[in-house]
Amino acid sequence: MKRHLLEAADLDLADATLVLDTAAQIDAALAGREVKKLPTLRGRTVVNLFYEDSTRTRISFELAAKRLSADVINFSAKGSSVSKGESLKDTALTLEAMGSDAIVVRHGASGAPHRLAQWVRGSVVNAGDGTHEHPTQALLDAYTIRQRLGRLDGVRVVLVGDVLHSRVARSNVWLLSTLGAEVTVVAPPTLVPVGVGSWPVRVSYDLDAVLPEADVVMMLRVQAERMNASFFPSAREYSRRYGLDARRMELLHDDAIVMHPGPMNRGMEIAAEVADSVRSTIVEQVGNGVSVRMAVLYLLLGGAPE
Amino acid sequence: MTYVIKNARPYGEDAVDLVLRNGAIASIGEDLTVPGAEVVDGAGLVLLPGLVDLHTHLREPGREDAETVETGSRAAALGGFTAVHAMANTDPVADTAGVVEQVWRLGQQAGLVDVVPVGAVTVGLAGSQLAELGAMADSAARVRVFSDDGHCVADPALMRRALEYVKALGGVVAQHAEEPRLTVGAQMHEGDRSARLGLTGWPAAAEEAIIARDVLLAQHVGARLHVCHVSTAGSVELLRWAKSRGVQVTAEVTPHHLLLTDACAEGYDPVFKVNPPLRTDADVEALRAGLADGTIDAVATDHAPHAVEDKECEWAMARPGMLGLEQALSVVVDTMVETGRLDWRALADRMSVRPAAIGRLAGHGRPVAVGEPANLVLVDPAHRSTVDPAALASRSRNSPYAGRELPGRVVATFLRGVPTVLDGKAVK
Repeated sequence: MKRHLLEAADLDLADATLVLDTAAQIDAALAGREVKKLPTLRGRTVVNLFYEDSTRTRISFELAAKRLSADVINFSAKGSSVSKGESLKDTALTLEAMGSDAIVVRHGASGAPHRLAQWVRGSVVNAGDGTHEHPTQALLDAYTIRQRLGRLDGVRVVLVGDVLHSRVARSNVWLLSTLGAEVTVVAPPTLVPVGVGSWPVRVSYDLDAVLPEADVVMMLRVQAERMNASFFPSAREYSRRYGLDARRMELLHDDAIVMHPGPMNRGMEIAAEVADSVRSTIVEQVGNGVSVRMAVLYLLLGGAPE
Repeated sequence: MTYVIKNARPYGEDAVDLVLRNGAIASIGEDLTVPGAEVVDGAGLVLLPGLVDLHTHLREPGREDAETVETGSRAAALGGFTAVHAMANTDPVADTAGVVEQVWRLGQQAGLVDVVPVGAVTVGLAGSQLAELGAMADSAARVRVFSDDGHCVADPALMRRALEYVKALGGVVAQHAEEPRLTVGAQMHEGDRSARLGLTGWPAAAEEAIIARDVLLAQHVGARLHVCHVSTAGSVELLRWAKSRGVQVTAEVTPHHLLLTDACAEGYDPVFKVNPPLRTDADVEALRAGLADGTIDAVATDHAPHAVEDKECEWAMARPGMLGLEQALSVVVDTMVETGRLDWRALADRMSVRPAAIGRLAGHGRPVAVGEPANLVLVDPAHRSTVDPAALASRSRNSPYAGRELPGRVVATFLRGVPTVLDGKAVK
């Protein structure tokens, strides 16, 4: 593994598989144990530096670090020196001066983790940067697919929704294709980036047409405010054309699974009966997120101080 | 003081001696000697008319922490310039006779280069009401180039009026061609790389749509139009078409758009964030071809100094713009001369003669000939060096060429017969 985890596009097959295998080992080691804690990162400090509101990702990273016995500091931009105008660089240098070994960063600006990695000596983990990437989400998605379907190579994945603005989509496109999956993105043309032709994906505007072939349908969160910028005419029309409802679920073959990174807009991109069906992996994804993030922190921090 | 330049090659042609006296070229010939004159060795050096920049941000008044008229003038002289146009997006905006005269006087005091203020087209660059263009033209600063650079004059009716109005002043509107509704939040060229990097795209069409509109307007009202920092292959096509139809349109390209591409955005280092953005290899090729065939008239630096804190940050938070004055000539030598696309005479045309004509500058962009003003630059074409931002004369450090080896070195610059640079160093 490299020193940082900045983007899924950076991971080769060996690295990506190592993370997934490590997560599986951690799961196995902790299975059935009453005290779900490993001593691996005792004495190391992980800082969760969150410039955007996040519940599940922050808690997931916090839990992952604590289960590895690391000390965890949660730093939220609100009510901190950042709200007094402190720059990202100064904040990072301050945290490092206090002895942080890894910074887990969530930021509204694409590339912010890459900047951080230039300024600090410790490891940087991208927990979501703007509309760029969210690599641990893709890793936990891959882990979940492998767990459910037993493989990733040749798995047909359909990614549906706001690909243009989705860091989850970008990370999944690169990671899943590295792992051998065949990815199709489905969205209204307004929500597919110009330049998608250079991605290792097929593009479709017709959800019904691609569902029968899918092993995995991954629904992306669609933000209602996109409506105001004319990306689509109305939430209702979006839902009719690109939402996964009970009728569309019937188009899937028996073993196909439905995923969502959360938080969901029930009734918008996904219907309640789909989200709560046996095909849905949404709750497993959350649980797997902790294991995968433990694997990432373990591999980056290597267990012992250098 | 009289200067004798020995054995310099005007336009890279045969070596001659020149005598500079009373601000002009007094004589040109072989083995010239003048008792008591200062001798400058020009052996192996190319002699060109002093360079003229149509597009410089000197940041004064308002952001003297990033650049001042004096530090920017020194950077310009070291880059071989004898005249620079200072853009209007200062604080306060150069939209009155008072502000343009202030900038002009600061330039005179610095005395390193002729600082020619550009006047804003609209009050406060707000794009809603014409600034007092006539007052700026009639002021001591004698403004001829008007621009809201940094902002597009997006309102087509207002643009039409501006183009018409400055006809009476012998002026030209220099348009920052960017349809603002197509570039909301834009961070880089929209294409393969923006798709992957997750940075909001700046589509080529946003530039081309405005150029297409403005050449039609310029033709309709019979006015001069100048297009700033052309960055796309489509823009070059439109300009070629407009010129073939007789539209009075001129255009400039920056050194960075001749050399760099959107690949520079890969590491998210905002030193490469600029507006318009760095584009693709195909655009770079079209810009070089357009400059070579004269479709693009001039190289202009868009020298844009920024304080460290405005670049040492997240890409999206960083201010757009990069330094250019001190490396412009080297970049043009690298991309156009060493590739065989321009000879020295054509380089002088694109970097001195035509920009001076566009700005209606008397005394600049003149031929190297007896009786002409001695605004001259001596260049060592064989010299190659690696750019070190810490060594720049600009007050800012946001050079996109850091660590890059470039050819050509300005050995001496003369402003009306007086050296502003000697031995590659500013005289003051």
